Amino acid sequence: MQSFQEIVFKLKQYWAERGCIIQEPYDIEVGAGTMVAETFLRVLGAKPYRVAYVQPSRRPADGRYGDNPNRLYKHQQLQVILKPAPADAIEQYLGSLEAIGIDLRQHDIKFEEDNWEAPTLGAWGIGWQVMLDGLEITQFTYFQQCGGIDLEVVPAELTYGLERLAAFLQVKDSVYDIVWTEGFSYGDVRYLDELQYSVYNFEMADIATLWKLFDLHEGEAARLLQAYDAKSPDKRRFPLLPAYDQVLKCSNLFNTLDSRGAISVTERVGVIQRVRKLAVGVAQAWVDQQQEQAAEVAP
Amino acid sequence: MSLPFLLEIGTEEIPDWMIPNALENLRLLFEKLEIPHESVTMDATPRRLVLRADGLAERQADREERVMGPAKSAPAQAVAGFARKQGLKPEDLSIAATPKGEYYSFLKRVEGRRTVDILAEALPSLILSIYFPKTMYWTAKGGPRFIRPIRWMVALLGEAIVPFEIAGVQAGALTSGHRRLGAREIAVTTADYERRLRDHYVILSSEERRNKIRSELAGLRVKPDAALLETLVYITEYPTAIAGSFDAQFLELPQEVLVTVMRHHQKYFSVEDERGNLAPHFVAVMNIDRDPEGFVRRGNERVLRARFNDARFFWETDQKKKLAERKQDLAHVTFQAKLGSYLDKAERMAALALDLGGDEHAVRAARLAKCDLTTELVKEFTELQGVVGGLYARAQGEPEAVWQAIYDHYKPESMDDAIPRHRTAQIVALADKIDTLRGCFRVGLIPTGSRDPFALRRAAQGVVKILVEGGIELPLRDLLEENQALIDFFADRVKFYFKDYRGFQYDEINAAMAAGWSNLVDLQSRLARIQSLRPTPDFEPLAASFKRIRNILEQAKFSGQGAPLDESLLEAGPEQELYQEYRRIAGQPIENVISRLRPKVDLFFDKVLVNAPDARVRQNRLTLLGTLLAEFSTMADFSEIVTNS
Repeated sequence: MQSFQEIVFKLKQYWAERGCIIQEPYDIEVGAGTMVAETFLRVLGAKPYRVAYVQPSRRPADGRYGDNPNRLYKHQQLQVILKPAPADAIEQYLGSLEAIGIDLRQHDIKFEEDNWEAPTLGAWGIGWQVMLDGLEITQFTYFQQCGGIDLEVVPAELTYGLERLAAFLQVKDSVYDIVWTEGFSYGDVRYLDELQYSVYNFEMADIATLWKLFDLHEGEAARLLQAYDAKSPDKRRFPLLPAYDQVLKCSNLFNTLDSRGAISVTERVGVIQRVRKLAVGVAQAWVDQQQEQAAEVAP
Repeated sequence: MSLPFLLEIGTEEIPDWMIPNALENLRLLFEKLEIPHESVTMDATPRRLVLRADGLAERQADREERVMGPAKSAPAQAVAGFARKQGLKPEDLSIAATPKGEYYSFLKRVEGRRTVDILAEALPSLILSIYFPKTMYWTAKGGPRFIRPIRWMVALLGEAIVPFEIAGVQAGALTSGHRRLGAREIAVTTADYERRLRDHYVILSSEERRNKIRSELAGLRVKPDAALLETLVYITEYPTAIAGSFDAQFLELPQEVLVTVMRHHQKYFSVEDERGNLAPHFVAVMNIDRDPEGFVRRGNERVLRARFNDARFFWETDQKKKLAERKQDLAHVTFQAKLGSYLDKAERMAALALDLGGDEHAVRAARLAKCDLTTELVKEFTELQGVVGGLYARAQGEPEAVWQAIYDHYKPESMDDAIPRHRTAQIVALADKIDTLRGCFRVGLIPTGSRDPFALRRAAQGVVKILVEGGIELPLRDLLEENQALIDFFADRVKFYFKDYRGFQYDEINAAMAAGWSNLVDLQSRLARIQSLRPTPDFEPLAASFKRIRNILEQAKFSGQGAPLDESLLEAGPEQELYQEYRRIAGQPIENVISRLRPKVDLFFDKVLVNAPDARVRQNRLTLLGTLLAEFSTMADFSEIVTNS
């Protein structure tokens, strides 16, 4: 039986062989691999890019104190970006499933319409949820817009739910029973995470503190964006990547406040707009900054 | 020579529900090319849209075109120049007579174009103009847009490839088989195309896929579900049904929940036992040919078990807090920013239910109807809102009228859906929808074009359907708060309901509504009367006369406020006769009197000059006509009827 980490190794190996940079997870908490700059900013502009990375993704509201066999506060996504999307993107994806030992002549694979959208990022795309024997294992998306900007070239984004895939391959009814590696189950590695973060997110996070933090990070991002000068000869030095970190912080704080029940539906729309405004601001400045660099390189 | 034509647009998986319309659209676009042909057949799978036609000519017929030259009076030099330019001698020209005079001209023979050239030129833009509700680009900004990326194209006219290109894809003679059971590239001809696909596990005909699924379902006691069957037909290229089971202990959960999980989330058919109860089995449809090792069955069973476990967990958790205790929680659930919380909405619904004549059950149901929005089960299965509330209310001992009203209060969800099952439930459903409509219109959330985020059209349509089909004689207009935009919006929904759903003519509807439409039950009965009157011989001529009367009154700016009719001013003959007839028939339904009234009206217009020189006589005649018009306008404004005369 393949262990959880062997599955991850094989998928990384597979995409490395297809020209992808294998990145390591980003070190700031995010809700999805898409939010990491490796995806969010790299898909902008015309420059080709291919990258794969595992990204632990935090969804505070999905926490279940480690009690629910299928629901997790934090799950592991394998995120693959192929920019531009090759004509055989789906074939390559199916090949990756075969690389981890799924014989697709003996399993039922279906592509069901599912257009992805992330309002806080001003991003959306057209695609499918990929169903394997009735189980959703991957989201496959052709990005159309990111940071409110129509993309120059269309990338394909593949997001694998690694726990689901591993539970499928190991025939486990609970993610906690997945064999991470010999002698260690997924539960051994992650159960305390799930329990303690559920307690924090649902019961103990201090709402006033979280709001204060949100305001601070928002303020810092806004301050930087304000300071970005598109006409400055030195703008290449300008810290847009750190500014984006502040946006990610806001996004995670928003999710935590939400799971804490501190955001009414009315407020929700407003807070999403605040985060979106920052994300769009960074994306626009980034496109501008990248264009300048391209011009400098040109003879 | 007569040639077959084959066009296959090979794509990545197209959303199933868009495929039939796209095919029909492709057929129409092809017909618009006006290339003579015999039959056309359309086929599709999720990965291909296919058009096949027979009997195309190799080239289109030659035709003659008259080319006009200089006028007959032009100097010989100009005539010779014209002839030379056309490669002719002056004596080859003839003289054509036109309305503008006589001109030199000649008949030019235009050779018919080769069909393959016409197709090669037309197909790229034709393909890209197939209508889809949402499109994407997949190469680069400004690139072609289609529903999903186009990956290959087959275009054959007889044995020849029709050469064209879209987004770097060249049309050719290579198709593609099933993603895993078939080959990636398969050479085809127009003759062996369908057979070659079958060899590679693609059943091209949707009818055949449908029949394959049907025959595999036969004998399994599957709950019929035509919509699900269509979905499965169009998400598979090689469908095969397999049966699976789940633990019978899950049958303790409400059927609605189990069926929703199976149908909406997993696309399974549910199965009944011999008494018609839900059985612990399901049928899934795979996109491969068989499952000899049981991998697919076991995989699906595990997924279903996990989902049912979730549902049971939610069901049990939710029961710990009764619906009635959840009411205060609604204060934290926003209905709409400007319209307050669902608690506010529930209170408004309760008050409205009372206004609408609801009893205490209706009021209680209105108060509790939205409480299920705070349950885990509804958060997970939003399509079960209302239903879940009803189920919890039943489990918690609410009276039948109350839980059923909660259960039904989103109905009807479409024009074909049933209205709530009894009056209490109908009142609650009306209160919910009318409150939403009033509130949204009050704060300016009015649907425009295709934008209707609060589904207000559906809500208003539901109100109309419940009032008419529930036989509820409530004064609708009084419920609309004199908001003109809302009144106009409802007028459109009433028209839509009676025209598109009930099949009345638009002028009949206009005529009947002009006489009032606040009571929709009454409106319906007047419409039915007009509809049965319409084919009678006197109806349209009388309608035409009413229109004439209306025009005369309008031109004379007749207000009806003047002096009452003065019998002494009536002229003997047609005018007197019309008046006497009016006296005899006043108060009777128009059906009984139409055949007697019509000749008198005709005769009046034939013989009497309304616009008499004596002002008093003229005014009196206008009064007579005004009285007559008013007499029958309580049923309909017949001048709205479109007549041929």
